[in-house]
Amino acid sequence: MTERHDVIVVGAGHNGLVCASYLARAGRKVLVVEAGDSPGGAAATREFAPGYSVSGCAQWVYQLHPGVSRDLELERHGLQWAARDLASVLLDSRGCHLTLSGALIESDQLSGDDREAWRAFHDRTGRYARLLARVFESRPPKLVESNLADRLTLLRLGLGLKLLGRDDMSDLMRIVLTNMYDLMEEYFDSPQLKAVLSFDSVLGARMGPRTPGTVFGYLYRRLGENFGYNGVAQVKGGMGALGQAMAASARVRGVELRLGCRVSSIDSVDGRAAGVTLASGEQLRAALVVSSADPVTTFKGLVGFRHMETGMARRVSQVRCEGIAARLHLALDGLPRFTGLDGARLGQRLVIAPDMNYLERAFNAVKYREYSPHPALDISIPTVNDPAGAPAGCHVLSAIVQFAPYGPPGGWDGPSAVAGLSHREHFTALVLDKIAEYAPGIKEQVVASQLLTPVDLERDYGMTGGHWHHLELSLDQVMMMRPFPGATQYASGLDGLYLCGAGAHPGGGVMGLAGKNAAREILRRGAAA
Amino acid sequence: MKAGSDATMMLRTPFHARVAAACELNDWGTWKGYTTPRAYTDMELEYFAIRSTAGVFDLSPMNKYRITGPDAQACLNRMVTRDVSRIGVGRVGYTVWCNDAGQVMDDGTLFHLGENDYRLCAFARAIDWLHWCALGFDVSIVDESDEVAALAVQGPTSCATLLAMGLEGLEQLKPFGLTHFSFEGETLMVSRTGFTGDLGYELWIAPRQAELLWDRLFAAGEPYLIKPFGSDALDLARIEAGFLQAGVDFVPAESAVRSGRSRSPFELGLAWLVSMDKPVFNGRRALQREQAQGSRYRFALLDVDGNKPAHHSFILSRGGKVGTVTSAAWCPTAKSNVAFAQLEMPHGAVGEELVAEIYYQRELQWTRVLAPCRVIGSPVFNPPRRRAVPPGAF
Repeated sequence: MTERHDVIVVGAGHNGLVCASYLARAGRKVLVVEAGDSPGGAAATREFAPGYSVSGCAQWVYQLHPGVSRDLELERHGLQWAARDLASVLLDSRGCHLTLSGALIESDQLSGDDREAWRAFHDRTGRYARLLARVFESRPPKLVESNLADRLTLLRLGLGLKLLGRDDMSDLMRIVLTNMYDLMEEYFDSPQLKAVLSFDSVLGARMGPRTPGTVFGYLYRRLGENFGYNGVAQVKGGMGALGQAMAASARVRGVELRLGCRVSSIDSVDGRAAGVTLASGEQLRAALVVSSADPVTTFKGLVGFRHMETGMARRVSQVRCEGIAARLHLALDGLPRFTGLDGARLGQRLVIAPDMNYLERAFNAVKYREYSPHPALDISIPTVNDPAGAPAGCHVLSAIVQFAPYGPPGGWDGPSAVAGLSHREHFTALVLDKIAEYAPGIKEQVVASQLLTPVDLERDYGMTGGHWHHLELSLDQVMMMRPFPGATQYASGLDGLYLCGAGAHPGGGVMGLAGKNAAREILRRGAAA
Repeated sequence: MKAGSDATMMLRTPFHARVAAACELNDWGTWKGYTTPRAYTDMELEYFAIRSTAGVFDLSPMNKYRITGPDAQACLNRMVTRDVSRIGVGRVGYTVWCNDAGQVMDDGTLFHLGENDYRLCAFARAIDWLHWCALGFDVSIVDESDEVAALAVQGPTSCATLLAMGLEGLEQLKPFGLTHFSFEGETLMVSRTGFTGDLGYELWIAPRQAELLWDRLFAAGEPYLIKPFGSDALDLARIEAGFLQAGVDFVPAESAVRSGRSRSPFELGLAWLVSMDKPVFNGRRALQREQAQGSRYRFALLDVDGNKPAHHSFILSRGGKVGTVTSAAWCPTAKSNVAFAQLEMPHGAVGEELVAEIYYQRELQWTRVLAPCRVIGSPVFNPPRRRAVPPGAF
């Protein structure tokens, strides 16, 4: 039980690796302990059928911060892009698709008014997202303590708001708390345009287009534009390759990485985090512990409620972290044929969400622990851009499916309303039916399939509730309220323990800022950390 | 409850029939929704019963929680500031508990009934907080406020009265000890505790035997001049003994609306209740910080010149306001004019001379006096009989 490291990072998820790299670069001796056998966390590639592999959890990169990429020299460490700046194609069952490529729209059906409104909307929300991006690049300010750095951050936010100009500022204040449905109705006529934008606002969130705060979700999605993404990007070799590049970068900087070691507890001595105990019983000691695990796993699972004060245990027990998105991976024996979609566009991001009411109804189900009979989908066919993921001539179709509850009555393997089918089988069939409406014949091409429900995502990727943002990204759980009031600026209720995962500001997506900001905060505090 | 002219929304304690019969003044107050007497016959005579013979107080409305299960001790030890592991089975401990900000939520007594079996008596409702505190612990929490009736028997002849009632061997019970007797098919728990600073006991019994207990007690106590007393007499006795009253001398932290109005145990003079050597308990981090940075306030017992109680007085030092009085009384037995004050640091060191700005009224005429006062180090009433085992015959 020797203290050979300054910092132990729990979890080699992308934020854990980013944080570790920054700390190591500043001269700290860092050990990263990871339960899984490969680094990257939710940035992972998995073989889900013999010869078929896919990004198991996160499928697109659209927010990875360029500063993080640059500082970690990810491309030098093996990160390659299979495709960048992919368009979003809102599928239409008759083939009249709408394609959104950054600020450009291709559609046969869009009116001149809508095109004009789109330009105004896109410019305006782009300016708001820019402001958001600036706020996300530093630690969240505390509101009550009069700290100079925090005041400057608030001042910058206020100044940023002010610099938007009077009209923009009052418009942002007006819309940021509202719902996407009303905002879309205000701007546009085209059901398709309204749907594809609304879909982005509820991705990964327990929200429908009519839920207050969804405009924030949309702006959050638009952050990527400020980080150099004009649409989603696909990593060559799957997201696991990004994890590998981050790990390689970390190792070069002197980070020690131990894979296949599950941390069973974060230990404290005299009210201060002092190290971790592994499932093997081995105890590791360090002056600081940084957790990239989600806040519930960190505080409830690893620290333990009994080792923290009641108010904090209460906060942790009340955060909202139930995931509602499932992942469906299909192994196909050929390229699927989508009605009216030429082969070149199959490599783009395909969206099934015909209109806003469809989305809202899909969301309704999950409120009652049911899965959507008509789900909304965010589809990738990664093998179009990166054929290595499947045997020659074969393809992988992978989709984010909303909405799927964490636990339908009886559990995912319990019986569904359809005789002989479990919930898992039933939902898989429903999703296939839905895809087949747009790609007739796809069912005959399916060689194998894998549905990852929130429960599976929780188990495989160690995210409580299976929520890919770790904690719901809603206005009451962002900035200084993330993960919860009283545990902000990456510190926690336990001295010596810091958070660097998606559960900390500014949240999820494969962005890396939580890891970077946490490292900066730890370094800033120096000996006082 | 029957509909009729005496219909009331107030709750009644299991002793109500007896209490009502004795309450000649009909001077009722409320306590946690229960109707309880402020005074029965004469507040001062009731007070003197506590100090000279034996007084009886119905404390049934007290919030009582039963905490059991394998983690009961661990859970309570994390909740309260004292080291619960040092309160043995059959012992009672006075303690406070804080929120995460190190601010006192409440005070109360913890009865260690058996291995991992505790009863917590609290001023404020605490069931929600107890449940939050139970997160991560294997414990069961039951609100038994309505399942336990309780009487305090306080004063020099209290032990003799209870012995006369047949509670054999009670004289051997040490202060803050508890013991059990059988009483008409029920278990009667007796603890040597109280809120008067005098020799005294508290009796705990199932409500169905409450009236019988009252009757036996008063029959046995008649030669010892037993007398029921109300909350006014209790208030006087507790001020004389230097006991804080939640809601009066401090604002329970979780019900304080305004920021800065709650107090830490250090600021209430209760540092002796805080075991900083426990690795974790609610408020520890904040209290550690307070120890390093210093407290904002200091609790002070003041001996005020003259005989005018310094109710709600400002406390002045060199003409400037440095604090306020939370409780005050002319204490008849100690013959002292006592006030509890919250003073801004660094004021309140023992021996400091201050001035109480007292306003009082005689026949509609208000008068202001500036009464010199000084900080004293210990309560003015603390008789040896409170601690003596056996307490001796009076």
